[in-house]
Amino acid sequence: MAKAKVLGMMGDFAVAEAAKLCNPDVIAAYPITPQTIIVERLAEFVADGELDCDYICVESEHSAMSACFGASAAGARVYTATASQGLALMIEIVYITASARFPVVMTIANRALSGPINIHCDHSDAMLARDSGWIQLFAEDCQEAYDSTIQAFRIAEDKQVSLPVINCLDGFVLSHSIEPVEILEPTEEETLDGFLPIRDPLYKLDVDAPIAQGLLALPEFYMEIKRGQQEAHLRSLDVIKEVIQDFGDRWGRYWPVVEPYQMDDAEVAVVTIGSSTGTGRAAVDELRAEGKKVGLVKLRCFRPFPVKDIQAALKNAGAVGVCDRAVSFGSTGPAYADTAGAMVGRSGPLIKNFIIGLGGKDITIDTFRAMYDNLYADLAKGEVEEPVEWIGIRGE
Amino acid sequence: MADYPTKLADLPKEERSVSSGHRLCTGCAAGTIARLVGKAVPDKPLMWVNATCCMEVATTIYPFAAWHVPWIHCAFENAAATASGVRSGLDMLMKKGRIPQRDIEVIAIGGDGGTYDIGIQAISGAIERGHDFVYICYDNEAYMNTGIQRSGATMHAAWTTTSPAGEAIPGKQEFKKPLLRIVAAHGLEYCATASCSYPLDFVRKVKRAVDVKGPAFVHIIQPCLRGWRFGTEMSFQVARLAVESRFFPLYEVYWGHKFVLNYPNPILTKVDVEDYLKLQGRLRHLFKPERKQEILDVIQAHVDKEWDKLLELAEFSERSATY
Repeated sequence: MAKAKVLGMMGDFAVAEAAKLCNPDVIAAYPITPQTIIVERLAEFVADGELDCDYICVESEHSAMSACFGASAAGARVYTATASQGLALMIEIVYITASARFPVVMTIANRALSGPINIHCDHSDAMLARDSGWIQLFAEDCQEAYDSTIQAFRIAEDKQVSLPVINCLDGFVLSHSIEPVEILEPTEEETLDGFLPIRDPLYKLDVDAPIAQGLLALPEFYMEIKRGQQEAHLRSLDVIKEVIQDFGDRWGRYWPVVEPYQMDDAEVAVVTIGSSTGTGRAAVDELRAEGKKVGLVKLRCFRPFPVKDIQAALKNAGAVGVCDRAVSFGSTGPAYADTAGAMVGRSGPLIKNFIIGLGGKDITIDTFRAMYDNLYADLAKGEVEEPVEWIGIRGE
Repeated sequence: MADYPTKLADLPKEERSVSSGHRLCTGCAAGTIARLVGKAVPDKPLMWVNATCCMEVATTIYPFAAWHVPWIHCAFENAAATASGVRSGLDMLMKKGRIPQRDIEVIAIGGDGGTYDIGIQAISGAIERGHDFVYICYDNEAYMNTGIQRSGATMHAAWTTTSPAGEAIPGKQEFKKPLLRIVAAHGLEYCATASCSYPLDFVRKVKRAVDVKGPAFVHIIQPCLRGWRFGTEMSFQVARLAVESRFFPLYEVYWGHKFVLNYPNPILTKVDVEDYLKLQGRLRHLFKPERKQEILDVIQAHVDKEWDKLLELAEFSERSATY
């Protein structure tokens, strides 16, 4: 498995390669931009006999997740991918799959929600699933999207976790951008099994040991069941960290749940999710060269929300802006709400929210310059005047 | 040819599907239907995928489950899609040698709401894809689990809570959707209608459906004593009259085009639809306070038209078989 080679490939291709390597038993999927290339590529692998998998061409995303639910219940390793409206259509079953504790890995190539209809990137689709009980990871680049896919199966199928995992990669920015990706190649002597053993489910549909799953729970038990689900989800953070460590030890790439960049002496900092992190790093480098002490915190693992890691990363900053590529109408961006919640009751930085990049609006180094300027202004005043600011709106 | 039981005593004594202890209403035939499915397939392991419906909520109230078989419920509209996944997962795990090779039968079951209306897309998709499973729709002609709301299966003129028998609009205005013909149009190997009052016919059809490699569909009428407003002892009497009055004829469709009529025998004297209707409180407004002859005529005419269509299809199938 040590043998690896670097290829130029689009994010969607990288994800399909990674999913193939994990040898899923069942894929149930439906096309939707900008995810489609993933499921097209996987269909080719199956058609060419490179992947021994039952590929179910379902008639909707709702049925895609329903079939994933059924196949995972039977004990199979299951994969699907979707985006935007597709996720919106399947969301009912997304919730049920998590509450059933069925491991499934799903890639979301992040895309804005309708309306207006828009095929470009933001995170409003993923935020639909925020409260669904799925573990949610966001990738900064195509390599991370590749590595995350492999890690996701291990996390999902870990018996301590037994939860489905969503891997997000930004639509078009990553899904359709060619980057160098180091891919793993199994050898005769060494397969991926050492890192990712064949799925051994805790419970499954078994004719020799029948159990009933998906029962009706009335008020006597519903809340207790939900509490169990929450505890499993919170506990999964330790497993996620173990998996990250093991993956890094094997192949040299560590993708921490929260990654501080130039935070040791940062006066102002932003929190980013997904591909804008790369742009943010470049902005930090430029501003640092100009003598400004700015930093960045990349949030990779959004669910479970790594409260302690965020607290540790932000505690010494003067002012922090949380960048959301989504908004909860009538309130704030979701990542801001979580981050501010994590910092409540602690002495720490001023915290505000930047809404950026909705529906594929470009996020450039200037976007970051505007945010850092804004944070410096608040830091000088010693208070946050506008807790939520939309950056890059025409005419503003 | 499969060996079909000719009398109830031939059915296995063993309960293979639902067990006692469930909480279906007294006199409800849904439990009987589930039991008959189990008894129809004594020689194969079953896996049961249940849509959200009365059969689901009344048999699996946490922490109890009244099932002898591996049983799974996901949601209302997706039993067919869930069954697709179960089938696919089992087949792949057997192919890869991770579970023992067994001839497991996947049964998906849903009510009329979960089948005719909200579930029809998932059913159409699963049949089109050719998954090997049997879908059973137990049709009580309304959303009974939520308290008697009209569905695409509800008969014309029936009172439900969302098609009330008002002064201006006397019950449901639309006619029952021709579900089996819609299913048959997919060209699947086998689909059939059945009635809980013809248990041996139903058992034979389930056996036949199970023997199909690929999707098969059985549509069984199950009068609901709560929703149709009749006594707890009357489910089977009403279900028998549904067939004898030609309101719900029992027939099979092979490969989407060969129609075979089973019951009632067209040569026998016809039972008026009215005999079937007047047992049902949901149709009381057709008789009281005064008789609504016009509506009764419309229902009878609709039944006659559908019956003639079915006879034509069956006769054509018979003729064309000799070509």
